[in-house]
Amino acid sequence: MAEPETSKPKPRPIVRLGTLLISHSVLVSVVCCVAGVLALLLLPILAKNTYISENALMPGSASPMLSNLDVSDANRLVNDLSELSSRSNDAGIVQRLVGRYISDLGGEVGYHQFHPDSSRFHPLHFFSVPDTGIVQENINCSCHGISVTGIVRAPRGDGKEAIVLVTPYNYTNAGSADHLSLGIAYSVFSLLSQVTWLAKDIIWLIADSQCGEYASVAAWLRDYHSPTFSGFHANNSHTCDVITTHHDVKENVAKDMSSRDSFIRAGTMAAALVVKVVDRNEPFEDSLAVYAEASNGQMPNLDLINIVNYLAVHRQGLRVKVRKLFSLLDTKWVSFLAEVLESLGSIARRLNPQWKFGIPAADYVDGTATLFGSLYHQALGVPTGPHGAFRDYQVDAVTLEFSPRHYSISKGRTKDFILRGGRLIEGVIRSVNNLLEKFHQSFFLYLLTSPSKFVSVGVYMIAFALLVAPLPVAAASLYAEANCLDMSLDDDKSFSPPAATVNELVISERSWRWIKAVKKVLIVHLWGTTVSLLPYFISQTPSLTPITKLAVWGLFSVVCLLFPYFLLGSPFASVSGTEEYKHEWALLKSATISAAFIGLGLMSVINFAAAEFGALLMVPMCLMVQPLKLDLRARTLKNLARAAVNLVLAIVGLPPATYYILKCTFGSFDGINIEDFWWWVESLWSWNSATYLFLGMVHLPCWLLCVQILLHS
Amino acid sequence: MAFLSILVSALLLLLPSRGSSAVAAAAAFASGSAAIGEGGAGEEDFSEALLLKPLPDRKVLAHFHFETGAPETPSYGRHHRLFPKSIAQLVKKFHIQEMELSFTQGRWNYESWGGFEPIASSNAKPPGVELWAVFDVPPDDVDASWKNLTHSLSGLFCASINFLESSTAYAAPEWSFRPGPGSLRYGTLPREAVCTENLTPWLKLLPCRDKAGISSLMDRPSIYRGFYHSQRLRLRSVKTSSDGTHSSIILEQTLTVVLHPNIQKTSTVNYGENKLQPSWSMSSLFGRKIGGTCLLAKSSNVYLQLDWDLVRELKHLQNGNQELGVESIMEESFLSNPAFVLSDEPDKVINEVNSRSEGSSAILYEFSVRKHSDLGPFDLGFTWKTPIVWSCPQLPLRVSRFLMGSGNERGAIAISLRSTRVREGLTNAQAMGESCKLDVNVFQVVPWYIKVYFHTMKVFVDGKPIAVSDIIEKIHVSPSEDKVSPGVLEMILKLPCSVDSAGFTLEFDKGFLHIDEYPPDANQGFDIPPAVITFPNFHVKMHFGEDNSSKQSAVLSRFEDNIPVRSYTEVLLVPLTTPDFSMPYNVITITCTVFALYFGSLLNVLRRRVNEEERFLKSKDKRSSPLSRLRSKLSTKLGGKPVVTSQSSARSSSFISLKLILKIILVAGIAIAWQYFSE
Repeated sequence: MAEPETSKPKPRPIVRLGTLLISHSVLVSVVCCVAGVLALLLLPILAKNTYISENALMPGSASPMLSNLDVSDANRLVNDLSELSSRSNDAGIVQRLVGRYISDLGGEVGYHQFHPDSSRFHPLHFFSVPDTGIVQENINCSCHGISVTGIVRAPRGDGKEAIVLVTPYNYTNAGSADHLSLGIAYSVFSLLSQVTWLAKDIIWLIADSQCGEYASVAAWLRDYHSPTFSGFHANNSHTCDVITTHHDVKENVAKDMSSRDSFIRAGTMAAALVVKVVDRNEPFEDSLAVYAEASNGQMPNLDLINIVNYLAVHRQGLRVKVRKLFSLLDTKWVSFLAEVLESLGSIARRLNPQWKFGIPAADYVDGTATLFGSLYHQALGVPTGPHGAFRDYQVDAVTLEFSPRHYSISKGRTKDFILRGGRLIEGVIRSVNNLLEKFHQSFFLYLLTSPSKFVSVGVYMIAFALLVAPLPVAAASLYAEANCLDMSLDDDKSFSPPAATVNELVISERSWRWIKAVKKVLIVHLWGTTVSLLPYFISQTPSLTPITKLAVWGLFSVVCLLFPYFLLGSPFASVSGTEEYKHEWALLKSATISAAFIGLGLMSVINFAAAEFGALLMVPMCLMVQPLKLDLRARTLKNLARAAVNLVLAIVGLPPATYYILKCTFGSFDGINIEDFWWWVESLWSWNSATYLFLGMVHLPCWLLCVQILLHS
Repeated sequence: MAFLSILVSALLLLLPSRGSSAVAAAAAFASGSAAIGEGGAGEEDFSEALLLKPLPDRKVLAHFHFETGAPETPSYGRHHRLFPKSIAQLVKKFHIQEMELSFTQGRWNYESWGGFEPIASSNAKPPGVELWAVFDVPPDDVDASWKNLTHSLSGLFCASINFLESSTAYAAPEWSFRPGPGSLRYGTLPREAVCTENLTPWLKLLPCRDKAGISSLMDRPSIYRGFYHSQRLRLRSVKTSSDGTHSSIILEQTLTVVLHPNIQKTSTVNYGENKLQPSWSMSSLFGRKIGGTCLLAKSSNVYLQLDWDLVRELKHLQNGNQELGVESIMEESFLSNPAFVLSDEPDKVINEVNSRSEGSSAILYEFSVRKHSDLGPFDLGFTWKTPIVWSCPQLPLRVSRFLMGSGNERGAIAISLRSTRVREGLTNAQAMGESCKLDVNVFQVVPWYIKVYFHTMKVFVDGKPIAVSDIIEKIHVSPSEDKVSPGVLEMILKLPCSVDSAGFTLEFDKGFLHIDEYPPDANQGFDIPPAVITFPNFHVKMHFGEDNSSKQSAVLSRFEDNIPVRSYTEVLLVPLTTPDFSMPYNVITITCTVFALYFGSLLNVLRRRVNEEERFLKSKDKRSSPLSRLRSKLSTKLGGKPVVTSQSSARSSSFISLKLILKIILVAGIAIAWQYFSE
């Protein structure tokens, strides 16, 4: 019974499963990719209702204390401000007025003057904490602002923690909406200066937004967390002395203020709220927009959004909105998908009423738009408001943007509006004040599909994992195939007698063949790194227009590409002639896919949404790619179709092309400028977005490799 | 732990007195009734006082002061007439030379409540519990005494002082906290909540508790509603005899509260400088009045203190309004005062003499409770007539401490000192020459998980970095040892007198704690106890004339003590990395999976004998059932081996599998149909 089969070692089940997957890699790839896209589209259905996870928050358990007295005080401030802004244009006066209002409440007043960070490209400081040394060199002298800070100390608190309230305000040129935002914050501040329940100090920052809302808040946070003891004026004199003469009057005011008080601070920040009022002429009701995305797609704790949403909806009756991709609302395929899913849901419910599958079509469309909006803003990696500055210091922050009903401003019904807004802010602050620990209970990784629905990381990871899963399988199958084919080729050839030694040589050579492909992949990735560093040098020359900058960038990229080409020879020159290296492209594709897999995996840790979009673009491109020559030679319908799809994917996969195409489909149709792409890229790197690195170091090299394979002869 | 220590201390208190408690009680009673008029030098005495002071920011400071002295007299042996026995036993058992325990809620506002004065210097305490003690024992026994003391105090005061027992929680400062040699131990608990349960045992130490006398004012809601609440107990034992066997103990108990006279909201409509300070009375502050004195008290006085700056303003006011002369507020004719009205006439007006250079001095009005409560409950009222703005004596340098940096890896502690430009004391020092230096004594304890690198210290004076060796006169550093001892920094900075601002920073790394070392609310962060800043050049000391009024009153004699100016910085909260405590479920799941996989494969390997199994299967194949043949076929297909079963059996098995699939489909169809129609 001793057959030869039994003597062979039997592979383990897991190995067998692996080989099974690899041998059916095409099927696996198709199934996984389709499932990945489907799972992404199903996310609005799988979204759960938000709930308040931290019990200590107790939102809305206390009735609001904000009275009409506070509101009328705030209204007085609003009137004073609007009177002052219409009369004089001197900035210092407004600051002093606000300062006097704060000190009359018994709060401490501080004036913070700053030059915002200039948005300069720092190729090596993408993820580092702002360091004082760098900050010094990085000051933008063209803009100079003075913010006012007020602090209410908790009467019986120990001063270890603080809650920050931020109102961006343009001191020189403020509209009525800006006055209202100050009015809301002031009403809350005046209430909090009298209450006894306060356990954390309250910092109210009226950030001077003439240099940009984000910049002023970031400058304040920078001075809060890493102050320079060398003193502000000393710095100014040697970094910014040319421009300071320009600001002579303002400087005098500033000196007057800084002599009275220095930078005031409280303890560790527990949370921050940015309050803004915009006049958007809401037709029906007061509404509230919540912005939460910080740099690199970081989100504040979900509980913070939950409290805001809960209090706004259930206590103050405001309509809460989160940002969505409005262009998705009208698209046909989304509504069609929504119909299909709704009918599927109704069938499922008819089968078993317990199955809560499917949501109404309108909800689905809305949820998809919101989901893609939040994915998009996370993927960009650019903060959506001043709250983003707080996230860099691990402080949970959110921007609340009130937009009052049309007539509530015009007909002088500001008091009512201030009361509602103020009570909401008061409730949120009271909840955070109740908090003993910092925010940690609820999710940090989530996507919102509506203000009260979210998809947690455990669910949305599935879509990405399904998309990415075929990559290693395809890479392994390609590698194995190439090896097998080579082996058969070798077997055909090596019938000559001195087989033993030659065979060994051939085997050793064959087993090292992949190194060539990997080398190529590595060189292309180095090229990608160079390309992403180029804007640093281009931006040093200031006198270029964006289009020339873009052109120079493209030109230099190509030059950089030609350099290794000439140095190392044509990528396929040595390959194309010989028969046995016919499947060289398969090895190259395998290496490309592996590199893409590693890049996507790394990016999913840093910025999930960017990785998700990247996977949507890159995975089909990598998996489909095959030399055009082979397809054209075969001349079957299937092959021709594949060649066409490959061409389309390769065109779509180039980042600028992707940008313009997406802009055409989703953005405004009123003309696309070539220079837009440069602005977009510049905004990415000036906000230190990791998406830029991803595009330059993962996506672009991968695209180039795919094109190479496509053109492989 | 706390419960145990309560038991221990209770036993400790009970045991020695068991034999003669009845005798002691009788003696105490007899002498208590007799000793009221005596007040002899060798007697135990008790005095109580309340000092009220209007503060510039519309608040009122109330400072209760109770002092019990127990001179060592042979007449009572181990028993006491007035002195609390528990405290005496503590002193005897642990050989305490000096001890101070404070429970504080809220922060002392150095800017508006003053810092350069006796009350602030000795009663402004950090939030939570602070305890320090000097022991009169050999150096080796100090730690043991400290540990026992913390447990006893923990039981006595219903607080978790026993957490100071751990060697990571206390430090042994050499010279910076208090000058002079001694085996001193110092510890703070910044997070300790202070409540009535701490006040009640403290009141029990008083002979009249809060039943009579000044302490009857202590209405719990009122005194805990304040902006600052600090309850302090200070012990001093003085060796009277030369051989050191006899010692007298002085127990000083103070309660300092800062209250807001009227809680009701005032609109800020007519804001501006001319705002009248709120008027107040004892009943409006505390909701109670003083019904009478504690009969056991030697003296029982209420003082009203007017700060020197306020007195100066009052004088200005008088000079401006009417030419009555400077004397009018000094004299008893204060009722004609244009600034304020007192409801009762003071018994005595005490002037501070030899004060600061401005020429004005603080004034204290003394009210004897015994005299004023004869007719009815004593309720001192203070009504303002004119708005007055004044400021409190400021510290030479305003100190603040904050954290720098962000993230969970590292950070820095920064202490910044800013000149307050109120430096009267310095003017004469400056006259001595340009080489005038301002000493600043810094004492900082840092828990071990904040790994401070002392070599990274950077000092800035007036915005310029300065070499550390140029500015530090003396420094003593004991680096922290992980899980054993905290890091201690003691140093004396010598700043030039003309300094405007100074700051120094220390960098640190954040450590990792073991999972069971995390406190219950680990995600809140970890506290760095406040730094103690002392100015050894400056002393707060008040002189009250030649009349020995201060001899009678304990609180005034405390004011005459020569104490260096001291201030505490803020408590800092450092967020550390914390594990996710709410995920034990996940941990359990993962661990179980790993274990199952490991043991499963291990058992598989141990149990299996591959060759024999195959042979067994082969022999069994011949007479196996169709189902098992199907299974074996499936398994061989999965394994990638050629099918070895015969053709016929394969055909039959495929036929059977078809049948099986049909059956399954039938059953499933029936189930779905049943489900569908049953609804």
